[in-house]
Amino acid sequence: MAATIKVLYFARLREQLGRGEESFVLPAEVCDIGALRAHLAARGGVWAEALTAQRLVRAAVNQDMADAAATVKDGDEVAFFPPVTGG
Amino acid sequence: MPVRIQPEDFDVSREIAALRAANHGIGAVASFIGCVRDSNDGAQVGRMTLEHYPGMTEKAIEGIVAQAQARWKIPAALVIHRIGTLNPGDQIVLVVTAGAHRGEAFAACEFIMDYLKTLAPFWKKEQTPEGERWVDARATDDAAAERWRLKG
Repeated sequence: MAATIKVLYFARLREQLGRGEESFVLPAEVCDIGALRAHLAARGGVWAEALTAQRLVRAAVNQDMADAAATVKDGDEVAFFPPVTGG
Repeated sequence: MPVRIQPEDFDVSREIAALRAANHGIGAVASFIGCVRDSNDGAQVGRMTLEHYPGMTEKAIEGIVAQAQARWKIPAALVIHRIGTLNPGDQIVLVVTAGAHRGEAFAACEFIMDYLKTLAPFWKKEQTPEGERWVDARATDDAAAERWRLKG
C-alpha cells in the first residue's frame, strides 16, 4: 500500500497556497523534509514561490520542529509554516 | 493546566492568587505580560489576528516549561496565550513562574518567554491603514533564545 501523509500549511503559506491541509501520497524517493519540500515546490506556480529554498520556511513532523534531514514516513503529520511570531 | 491557549482575556491577579494558594512553599513569583502595541515597523496597527497550530502549540510550550523546570527550581509555572482577534492594549500572553527565591523565578520567566517567541507556533497578522500584513519574525528573537544555550 502507498505511504500516505497529512500535510498542513499555516499563516502566510496557507493563504498563498489556498489550502490548509492535504493528504499526500509519498513517492518512493521522498523520505525526508528537504525532499518533500522540493517535491511540493516542483508543482510550480504559487508552490514554487512559497516553498523555494530562498524563503524561510519552518517544518514540523508529528508536531515537533523538524529540520530538512528529518525523516518522513507513512502516517506522519507534516506541517510547513513561516518562522513563528507569537508572544 | 500549566499551559492554556484561549481567545478569552485573562485576569493576572486571579491567576497568580490561584497559583500561590496551591503552594505555600512559594517565596517568589515572577510574571511577564505581553500586550498588543498600536504601532509596529513604522505602521499604525488597528487590530491583529493570532493563528496557531492546535496540538503542536500546546506541546511546544509544555516542552519549554519542562525545560525551564529541569534547569531552575520553579515548582509552579503558568503560560496563557491568546488567539483570535486582538486590539491595541489587549493582553496577548502571560508567563508566571514561582519558586522559593527570586533568582530562579526571574530567570525561568525570561527563558520561557524567549523560547516561546522562537519555538511556539503562533503567527500574527496585523491590520494597518495600508491593509493586512503578516508580521515577520525578528532576528533579535532568535538571538534572545540563543543566549540561553551559551549560558547553559
